[in-house]
Amino acid sequence: MMLAGAAPQRRDFFPGKVGTKRMGRGEPLKLDELARTSGEWLRGSGPESDIVMSSRVRLARNLANFPFICRANDTDRAEIERTLRECVARINETAKLQYVDVNKLEGLDRQFLVERHLISREHAESVGARGVAIDQGEQISLMINEEDHLRIQVLRSGLDLQRAWEEMDRIDDLVEDHVTYAFSDPFGYLTACPTNVGTGLRVSVMLHLPALVLTQQIEKVFRSLQKINLAVRGLYGEGSQAMGDFYQISNQITLGHTEPELLEQVGKVVPVILDYERKARNVLVRENHDNLHDRVSRAYGILQTAQTISSEETMHLLSSVRMGINLGLINDVDIPVVNQLFVHTQPAHLQKIRGVPLDTANRNIERARYLRRHLAKGKDGADQN
Amino acid sequence: MPLKCQMCDKAATFHITELTGGKPQELHLCEEHARKYLTQADGPEGGPPSLAGALAQQLVVGQAAQDLARLDQRSCPVCGITFYEFRNSGRLGCPHDYACFRKELEPLIANVHGEAEHKGKRPKRSQGDTSQQVELIRLRREMKEAIDEEQYERASDIRDQIRKLESSGESG
Repeated sequence: MMLAGAAPQRRDFFPGKVGTKRMGRGEPLKLDELARTSGEWLRGSGPESDIVMSSRVRLARNLANFPFICRANDTDRAEIERTLRECVARINETAKLQYVDVNKLEGLDRQFLVERHLISREHAESVGARGVAIDQGEQISLMINEEDHLRIQVLRSGLDLQRAWEEMDRIDDLVEDHVTYAFSDPFGYLTACPTNVGTGLRVSVMLHLPALVLTQQIEKVFRSLQKINLAVRGLYGEGSQAMGDFYQISNQITLGHTEPELLEQVGKVVPVILDYERKARNVLVRENHDNLHDRVSRAYGILQTAQTISSEETMHLLSSVRMGINLGLINDVDIPVVNQLFVHTQPAHLQKIRGVPLDTANRNIERARYLRRHLAKGKDGADQN
Repeated sequence: MPLKCQMCDKAATFHITELTGGKPQELHLCEEHARKYLTQADGPEGGPPSLAGALAQQLVVGQAAQDLARLDQRSCPVCGITFYEFRNSGRLGCPHDYACFRKELEPLIANVHGEAEHKGKRPKRSQGDTSQQVELIRLRREMKEAIDEEQYERASDIRDQIRKLESSGESG
């Protein structure tokens, strides 16, 4: 009766079967195909990309006329999702975004998007109406109904915070043409958690710091970063362990500083850490060359020949290989290949690439096969399965 | 029966949920141990103050137990969240909470960010009528409650009010 009007489930944008496979303007976004490629930000092409894997900015935004997610009922959530999905469809022309209805995805597909850094673990594990819009290069993602109504993320290869922010600023303006954000004085953009209020901006860089880990200086670096209000996290953000010697450094404070000031706060500390890491690498090369060369070569050898291997061991060994390439100790594989392997050897990726669900033991076998295929010596090896 | 402090036999008057790290960790402490906990390092990872830390610190410093109990029961007229619920989850319920709990949030926010006033980007569009937006949130909640209580006529009236507000918002 009359109450049906409360939440019209209109699906008139993104024609075609809405759900896992078909979206965008009738074009299919096939996660299976995505699994074989990698995002632009993994190309290792940006400035300082020997150490800086990627630069990331994200904005937290909420609609003014809805409760925040934790007090939103199913009807509210559906309305927020619809409003923002339609908004995304309108800015589609300029930003070329494709929409994925995360609520309709299976667990494996959600995990796959987490591994690609396109949605957060929290977004994957949450329930109810929610989705994500992604651009073709996988540099832009707009998460709907995460902790806030809208979380916009821009990722770029290497140290490129300024351009990431310019892109973000543009998308934020485009979205704002269609919706009214929750904003008030003196607090600025209002967010579900007061730790994000103000600019709603989190600026972060993903750094590969194997030499600082190896020389046991990493803790010292963390402590000094924390003293200047910067947070250090692992590869997959909050609460995640540092895998493969990757560390995310980000601003903790979001209020009382302008966006350029926050970019500067993170940006200015990066050269200092790069300098520490390079010095540590130089010391290793100078004083411990044989051991270092041995370590890197063994890591490479295991990855080229193993028959079964865990994700953890893979990350650990790939980290050594990555540093080995940067130091000229390994010459027959490129950084983008290794960058991609960090992502493609994750559990959901292996299963998407293989096209069947695999248990841990079979994943380890498949992972070893995948590594052998991509790191094989010479042409003969490259053609092996 | 009141919960006991995890460190001694006194009643636990501070309930802290640490949100840093993987899973939320709950701590139930008496005033003395809460003070101790909060003055050790800055939270479990060191570094910038966590929300939970700042929140509890402020309460330890500023509130007597009775005041705290009274504050905990206060709720937002728009989304219905109580201060106690916010204190436990670290998440607010709606944009109006920033106005409704402003007195409590201001020192907390200053503690976390070191500042209490936004600088930087602002929306290009006028914010419109904030009270109207807030009213929409309240009415939608009221409608949901009416439906849950099977008061369909009331729900229908509220829905009409919502539509009226929504259409006036669009034209204005």
